[in-house]
Amino acid sequence: MTGHDHSRTFQADHPEPTSDAARIGLALRELLIEAGHYTVDEEQVVIAAMQGASPENGAKIVARAWIDPAYRERLLRNGGKALEEAGFDIAPYEFTVMENTGDIHNVIVCTLCSCYPRSLLGMSPAWYKSKSYRSRVVREPRKVLAEFGVKLNEDVDVRVHDSTAELRYMVLPQRPAGTDGWSEEKLASLVTRDSLIGTQRDLRVRCRS
Amino acid sequence: MTAPKFTTGQRVRIADRTPPVHHRVPSYAKGQVGIIERVCGMHGEPEKFIRGDGIPAQRLYRVTIPQTELWKPYDGTASDILEIEIFEHWLEPAE
Amino acid sequence: MSESWGPHDVGGQEGGPVDLSEHDIAHWEWQIDAMVRLALSKGLISDFAELRDGIERLTPEDYENFTYYERWAKSLAYTLVSRGIISEAALAEKARVIRDRQQAEAAS
Repeated sequence: MTGHDHSRTFQADHPEPTSDAARIGLALRELLIEAGHYTVDEEQVVIAAMQGASPENGAKIVARAWIDPAYRERLLRNGGKALEEAGFDIAPYEFTVMENTGDIHNVIVCTLCSCYPRSLLGMSPAWYKSKSYRSRVVREPRKVLAEFGVKLNEDVDVRVHDSTAELRYMVLPQRPAGTDGWSEEKLASLVTRDSLIGTQRDLRVRCRS
Repeated sequence: MTAPKFTTGQRVRIADRTPPVHHRVPSYAKGQVGIIERVCGMHGEPEKFIRGDGIPAQRLYRVTIPQTELWKPYDGTASDILEIEIFEHWLEPAE
Repeated sequence: MSESWGPHDVGGQEGGPVDLSEHDIAHWEWQIDAMVRLALSKGLISDFAELRDGIERLTPEDYENFTYYERWAKSLAYTLVSRGIISEAALAEKARVIRDRQQAEAAS
């Protein structure tokens, strides 16, 4: 098997892209692998790690903060340290948690690119990377949030966080009513990706029979 | 590690300049006045990086700007805010 | 507020409604993502700032027309070629080989 065959891992149901720009990327990849800069095995490890991260990670942090007021304090004061306690790490970034309250709603964006706390939220949704979201949510957050179904009254302030440098943000949503006595796991199951970004405000308590 | 030049609560102006290199200040924030929300750590400052020589560390801050100052007209409340991370060399004290 | 200084500097611009549809990340996109991460961990680039710098050097047309990972691919290619880690000729030749391979596979 030649080096070049070796670096090909496409399957029939995962067709290769045919744009020139994407092919430059694939060509670069094959050249780097052929030159020994990295191996296909290393690539697989990196991809598996990325695929293993999901909003369930962020949800665990949220549930813990809901249950443990002291943890919530530490999380809001020094997100990175509180994250380590829970077994996560997003160094070198500063993990920053913004808490929603009855009169504050937080929403996160990265206008210049699309910075996102992937290890806690998984891969970002397409809309988070879209020009429309990045350009508009800073200028007309209430209108954009309404497109996500979040209707805010005048008595709720909006706080938009533009992730321009080395901080990575997560919203701490409000704990829904009717969840007293719930376990941490059950609470975590209520937390959605969008509520961690701030494009969802109210979490629904799903009735399970 | 150098001591932070600004403190939480201090009024600062974000420089209005456009270096022709990679930098992390969006144009909408340039020239705006805000308040230091928190003093963050030292981080690699991308604007100054020289290829291969690493990125010099620089103090980072979070700055709060009222939305009604940023956008005119702004459709929201007077207490809606925008918060943004700005490196120290982009900030100067404001009245 | 000053003028936008690059195609990426979009905060505050006007635009249409946000397209809320979800998407799957294609296999090649995972590979591009992994390539950038490995380029960083192997020291081929020193910081994500270099990736962003390359993206910001795209023409406004390319920035607009390329997909997210196409931008990453073009940016990393730009950086590694300008650093002499990969030659432009080898990259063009490899891209041609891949295109021929794809066309042969499509025809078979």
